[in-house]
Amino acid sequence: MSERSNNTEWPLWEVFYQPKDGKPYEHAGNVHAPDAEMALQNARDTYARRNEGIGIWVVPSDQITASTPEDQGPFFDPANDKPYRHPQFYSVPRAVKKRK
Amino acid sequence: MSTFDTIPQTEKEALVETLLRLADDRLIHGHRLSEWTGHGPELEEDLALANVALDMIGHAASLYSYAAEIEGKNDEDYYAYFRDDIDFKNIALLELPRGDFSFTIARQFIFSAYSYFLYTDLINTVDDEQFKGMLQKHLKEIKYHLRHSREWVLRLGDGTEESHKRIQDAFDEIWMYTGELFDMDEADEAAVKHNLFSDVKSLKPKWKKIIDETLEEATLKVPDDEQYMFSGARQGRHTEHLGPLLAQMQFLRRSYPDAEWK
Repeated sequence: MSERSNNTEWPLWEVFYQPKDGKPYEHAGNVHAPDAEMALQNARDTYARRNEGIGIWVVPSDQITASTPEDQGPFFDPANDKPYRHPQFYSVPRAVKKRK
Repeated sequence: MSTFDTIPQTEKEALVETLLRLADDRLIHGHRLSEWTGHGPELEEDLALANVALDMIGHAASLYSYAAEIEGKNDEDYYAYFRDDIDFKNIALLELPRGDFSFTIARQFIFSAYSYFLYTDLINTVDDEQFKGMLQKHLKEIKYHLRHSREWVLRLGDGTEESHKRIQDAFDEIWMYTGELFDMDEADEAAVKHNLFSDVKSLKPKWKKIIDETLEEATLKVPDDEQYMFSGARQGRHTEHLGPLLAQMQFLRRSYPDAEWK
């Protein structure tokens, strides 16, 4: 069989949706699609059928650079013993509290 | 006394007839699309076709229930499940077997473009507020159906040699059933007189324009309008394909008339 006939699967796209105005886009899952427009439509039909959001992004999955499981140690462990990076040690100024 | 008793009888009949014609088109179309469930070319397209099928059946259900409310004799299920093929008012285009994916897409595109122009025109014509509200709601979904099917026509036409051939064959085969979209009979004219329906003949140039432009962009040939055109399904003279469709769609409800979802 030629290479072309083996490669009949559509490319994979990662789908992100925005739940509300001003909210960050969240990862929903992925879809197969031949191109960007169809990826957008497939994402709409797969992930936006129940009023999930107001915006969709689709990104070719192979365009995403991801960390590997081996990166876990050097990437994330050093943060474990640095609780001072969390904001709970600082008291919130009164002016800020009032605005809440 | 229902609120509809204040409407003159002729106008009431025209409204029911219009609602049933619109609803039958959508129910039969929705049923044909639903036959793709589990058979779509890709999981994503399977979902897309099932979505459109559900939209269509939903449009039909709301139109039937309004017709039932006006007639005051039956409920919406009566129209879908207890009428025979001769009573169905859908055009033949929509009862043809689903064919291959190209055929389904060609039909979807032709019908969505027609529905888009019909609904857009009807919204400006219709006086009846409840009817108008339904049309406005349905139009949003129709716009998406048109976009989805149009994009597929472009991809299949301008795709591989095989996809090009298949969608060209589909348009050639289906063309003789497009004439009926723009047929007007006495019932349509009565509805037009009561501001309940559009003069569909006048919508044809707009429809033709989007079909021609899309087919040209898809490197396809527009079939010749000067050919035999099927007509008469709207008045009950259907093709041989409607009977088996109804048998499958109606048998459960007819065998178990009092069945309920539990």
